[in-house]
Amino acid sequence: MGKQRVKFTFIGDLVKEPVIYKLGRDFKIVTNIRRADVQEDMGWVVLELEGEDDEIRRGLQWVGTTGVRIDPVSGDVIDG
Amino acid sequence: MAFVNGLVCRECGREYPAEPLNVCDFCFGPLEVVYDYATISEVISRDRISKGPISIWRYEDLLPSNGDDPVDIMAGYTPLIKARGLGKRLGLNNLYIKNDSVNPSFSFKDRVVSVAATKAVEFGFETLACASTGNLACSVAAHAARAEVNAVVFIPSDLERGKIIGAAIYNPTLVSVKGTYDEVNRLCSEIADNYPWAFVNINMRPYYAEGSKTLGYEVAEQLGWRLPDHVVIPSASGAMFTKIWKGFNEFACLGLLEGVEPMSFGADQNTAHHPAVTTRMHMTQAAGCSPIATAWNSGQTQIQPVRPDSIAKSLAIGNPADGIYALRVINNSNGSAYAVPEEDIVDGIKLLAETEGIFTETAGGVVMSGLKNLADSGAIKPDELTVVYITGNGLKTQEAVEGVVDPLMVKPTMTSFEEELSLRERR
Ligand SMILES: Cc1ncc(COP(=O)(O)O)c(C=O)c1O
Ligand SMILES: [Zn+2]
Repeated sequence: MGKQRVKFTFIGDLVKEPVIYKLGRDFKIVTNIRRADVQEDMGWVVLELEGEDDEIRRGLQWVGTTGVRIDPVSGDVIDG
Repeated sequence: MAFVNGLVCRECGREYPAEPLNVCDFCFGPLEVVYDYATISEVISRDRISKGPISIWRYEDLLPSNGDDPVDIMAGYTPLIKARGLGKRLGLNNLYIKNDSVNPSFSFKDRVVSVAATKAVEFGFETLACASTGNLACSVAAHAARAEVNAVVFIPSDLERGKIIGAAIYNPTLVSVKGTYDEVNRLCSEIADNYPWAFVNINMRPYYAEGSKTLGYEVAEQLGWRLPDHVVIPSASGAMFTKIWKGFNEFACLGLLEGVEPMSFGADQNTAHHPAVTTRMHMTQAAGCSPIATAWNSGQTQIQPVRPDSIAKSLAIGNPADGIYALRVINNSNGSAYAVPEEDIVDGIKLLAETEGIFTETAGGVVMSGLKNLADSGAIKPDELTVVYITGNGLKTQEAVEGVVDPLMVKPTMTSFEEELSLRERR
């Protein structure tokens, strides 16, 4: 079992898609939302995923195909 | 003795000890350093600063590590130059250039890395690492050499030669990643979880970012303990932009500015705003990667990440971590943000070189074109005191300006020389 912190960014109509619900339903992943800001045509959610590493990887791959942008949280890296 | 109480979550306010941490366990918000300003105000003075070393460590009281044994290759205290030629060209009579391209590894990154490296050594790390768009890699490798620790630096493989060589020369483990900066960043955050390394911009980030405040302090000190009316700054993550603002406000609240009464920092140190700080903060980004400027100009309070496509590679961060905080600073300072058209970047580099004799990289081209826009549009009035931050050196991005090379090709004879010269004059 592993944990991963991620940030999903939703743009446009994706805001209305139940991506996080489906991620928990279709994969053996527990989703735990920590912080979010969802507006009409844009939104982000910071959450922790818990599950087998491979399952998390597969889940994130699927999220990527929906058009949601995935960024690491500890990699809110600031440089150049 | 550093005057640090600990770390605090920028989002939920939870407190943490001053350890190598960067994210709040509870809400995953970014952590920031908390200072004991009451004690700082008792020791700090203009006189004490003036007598300090000629580097960022003259401001040690306001940095998260004491200056007793810093990892110091003399970052900072760079020239502030009155820009007469450039000012004339732009119609600005009171224009100054903060020339940070002359830092030891040739960018402002030496300020942040000197602080991060010092903390890393304090914490006992033996390896200094980073994800970089170039300048940071150079600086981390240089400071690791100085500190006699290992360096592992990660860069996107399509970087300019000057940055690759400028990092490799210090003999770090150089990791060239086939991908964009955002992908390098993603990889590094995974590595940071698994290796006991001090990633300056991941687990050292709260300390690292504080180093940029010195860009604010120095300008204030060099202007005779005054603040400018306007500053113009290039941004990628937005971190430096927010820290310059923080530096101005710290100086004001601590009573270090001429004619300004000290004031309490209030409940949230990171958003303290002294009413005497009226400097307008102008951000510039390259149009090919301008998520913060785009959000500002469309009235959004959120940042929409982008896939960068810009010749200003040092500014090519598609998902700026400090973007929303930078938007608040623009708002609080009555500032602005401008996305510089890609085709104007090289013109900006040339303008600075031809009027002031300073060769800057593409990030400097961005800030120069942004300044020109502010002057042309009347946003900056001719007599207002304006400081433009030049943060990186042109020798690192020579590819961008190769077109300037057009010598007279002559045989070693007087006739050939005179022939070619007259041809050129008629051109
Ligand atoms: C030369 C130069 N200027 C400006 C910046 C922007 O700094 P920040 O990411 O703090 O906005 C960077 C790096 O990101 C840089 O390399
Ligand atoms: Zn928090």
